[in-house]
Amino acid sequence: MRYRVTFAKTAAMRYTSHLDLHRTWERTVRRARLPLAYSQGFNPHPKLNLASALPLGFTGEQELIDIWLEQDVPTGEVQAALEKAAPPGIQIHRVERLDESTPTLQKVLTASEFVITFLTPQPDLDERVAALLQAGSLPREKRGKAYDLRPLVYELRRIEDDEEGRPRLLTRLAAREGATGRPEEVIAALGAAPEDTRVHRTQILLEGEAVK
Amino acid sequence: MLTAQEIERKLEFILPRVQKPGRYTGGELNQIVKDWDQTEIRTAFVFPDVYDIGMSNLGWAILYDIVNQRPDALAERAFAPWSDMEDEMRRAGVPLYSLESKHPLAEFDLIGFSLPYETLYTNTLNLLDLAGIPLFAAGRGRRDPLIIAGGHSTYNPEPMHAFIDAFVIGEGEEVIGEILDTLKAWKRSGEPRAALLRALSQIWGVYVPSLYEACYEPDGTFSHIEKLDEDAPLPVLKRIVPKLPKPHTRFIVPYIDTIHNRVPIEIMRGCTRGCRFCQAGMITRPVRERTVEEILDAIEEAIDYTGFEEVGLLSLSSSDYTHILELVKGVSERFGDRHLNISLPSLRIESFSVDLMESLQDSRRSGFTLAPEAATERMREIINKPVSTAQLLETAREIYSRGWTHIKLYFMIGHPSETIEDVQAIADLCKAVLAEGRKVIGKRAQVTAGVSTFVPKPHTPFQWVPCDTVDQILAKQALLKRELRGPGLKLNWNSWQDTLLEAWLSRGDRRMAEVIYEAWRRGAKFDAWKDHFNFEVWMEAFEAVGLDHAFYTHRERPIDETFPWEHISTTVRKKFLTEDYLWSLQGKTRIDCRQRCFACGILPTFADLRRANPGDVWQCPEVKSKRIPVSEITPGSQPLPVVGD
Repeated sequence: MRYRVTFAKTAAMRYTSHLDLHRTWERTVRRARLPLAYSQGFNPHPKLNLASALPLGFTGEQELIDIWLEQDVPTGEVQAALEKAAPPGIQIHRVERLDESTPTLQKVLTASEFVITFLTPQPDLDERVAALLQAGSLPREKRGKAYDLRPLVYELRRIEDDEEGRPRLLTRLAAREGATGRPEEVIAALGAAPEDTRVHRTQILLEGEAVK
Repeated sequence: MLTAQEIERKLEFILPRVQKPGRYTGGELNQIVKDWDQTEIRTAFVFPDVYDIGMSNLGWAILYDIVNQRPDALAERAFAPWSDMEDEMRRAGVPLYSLESKHPLAEFDLIGFSLPYETLYTNTLNLLDLAGIPLFAAGRGRRDPLIIAGGHSTYNPEPMHAFIDAFVIGEGEEVIGEILDTLKAWKRSGEPRAALLRALSQIWGVYVPSLYEACYEPDGTFSHIEKLDEDAPLPVLKRIVPKLPKPHTRFIVPYIDTIHNRVPIEIMRGCTRGCRFCQAGMITRPVRERTVEEILDAIEEAIDYTGFEEVGLLSLSSSDYTHILELVKGVSERFGDRHLNISLPSLRIESFSVDLMESLQDSRRSGFTLAPEAATERMREIINKPVSTAQLLETAREIYSRGWTHIKLYFMIGHPSETIEDVQAIADLCKAVLAEGRKVIGKRAQVTAGVSTFVPKPHTPFQWVPCDTVDQILAKQALLKRELRGPGLKLNWNSWQDTLLEAWLSRGDRRMAEVIYEAWRRGAKFDAWKDHFNFEVWMEAFEAVGLDHAFYTHRERPIDETFPWEHISTTVRKKFLTEDYLWSLQGKTRIDCRQRCFACGILPTFADLRRANPGDVWQCPEVKSKRIPVSEITPGSQPLPVVGD
């Protein structure tokens, strides 16, 4: 039985890597005493599939994971068990039953939306955003390979400052296989230091889904 | 000093700049955060290595749980920041802080260091320094935290005597409560720090080094210890719990990868085998077992609390646990559907061990480990780990034929009276084991030899033995490297520098404290890490202090030498150790002491505890006669049991 869980990864788990988050989920399901399915073979793996890796230090509001159980458990029970078993850094929002034939998350992923908060004052931020958007191309390098960041940036705009008066940007970046825009790259392209920001993923957008 | 809030603010900026920031945040599932202002006694437990290593240690976790169960006390944690984090912290003026509440360590009432092995000593100094606490016990005042330490390496506390206010010798489960009671009474009394130390010295199992003075002979050997306080106990008797308490189960679940991602459950404490090189086997006597039911319930509870994917059934010799078969069956029946890895370390070299491993699910994923420790029957008799080569090869054949492809063999070089032929035998034995594998599964068979160099330890029958010299070690390792290569064979070994460091720290006296201090001052830390350990710095430290490291490592001690750790009593008598050493030189072995008691000294000392805990709980013979009233040894009472001899 396949279930899709929408959850938040909060500040308590900001520094938990993608791999360790996967392990945290396996442990959460075991604590919840849900019958997690495992792959067959010499070295069985738990059948869990996280939508998209969050870089170290990022938090997420609407993260997605698919979980396969060996038995049919009502979604309400799954949700209650997971809520009880989740560690401080995970908040369960929703659990849905999925058809087994639903394509994997990676196949239908289109974009991610992030909110970037700057911890240090940012003079001329609006100008820098405007300049970035006007640029025809933004040549950058990732692991020694040159690529153009500009077409991966679907949206970038100033939003209301946070409660402490720190400037914030909202950006929507491509998240397709082989074409993923990274918020750190956008921050660097704006001339800021990624260490001096907080990045929160607000949405993961799937094919055929409307922007919320 | 910064407040907890200020530290948290600074961390916001520091953490994105360091590797593995998850080491420094706390906040994991099952951590315990109590109200700082409303709690009278605040303690912190420190494992002086990085989080990823320290979180897998069982010692502090047990004490953390016990202290936090007291309404009047709280316990938090700290580990050693890796050097990048330490640099950032020093630059930003952030002192060592606790993971739970982020309070500076200097604000706690008590700090307990886990010292299971000697290579953590310089880190201990470094952490005290990073915490802004005076390094030397003599320099601490009424407002400074009480610094205590425990763990196997502190059975010779002398090298660290200058830095630690009080050592816990032995098992901590009961004594920690008595220490907290004493600390609380002192805190309310307004008396000077010296009064606290004197009061602590009256607790069974606590050693306060400042109440003693070490005296030396003109030739530099140790002469004797003198009391500076007439009430200080001499010798200081190790603490034990008469019956193992219910296992700890509510383990903190790290958000990041650590060395052991598992629930550790101790199935028994102590070992009856009497291997002469093994310090743990000598200092953790008597053997006390938990019941199968208690262990199974603990596993269930711990998995429900943590969700860990692995359970480690810990002991010094799993095969010797009386109900091992029943336990292994029980584990597979009760937890077979929960996709757990069960690790069962330290199995004897016999085919029964293969049966045991086979009944544990998924155990074939990793290799099968056997620890013959030496490759010839003569040598195994000297170290008192008698097993025939024929039996070893038969066990290997059994392992390969039942589906394992990889056997790991552990050996040591440097045992007393070892010749180059004995070392050659290690290579020959590994090849013989591989040949058995080839017969069964062909080229898929693999053998890994882990060959470390023996370091003689205090309180063991080999405490007199010289450690191999650099030339000897290099010659033996060269032989092994030459012989153990080719398809299917792999060799791991320790560097001679690591061996020497461990050797001089293990059998050091009080003068070694100066060497440790000088080494730390010159930058020594993380000595257990290849990329940090700096041998030259230690050589400079010895030179600065004017001591010869060979005095501690390579000198053969005369049989009548008095050792600097003899005022610490493990209750295993020196007479027993001496006899055992002399027997070893004649190749005379001792059988498992459950079959025959060799009167090592445990029973005369703890006769009343044994009488109060009859039957299978202890593996020592029953005690019938009554010599000491029970009231005198019940935990918490002031008079110390008499050390039997």
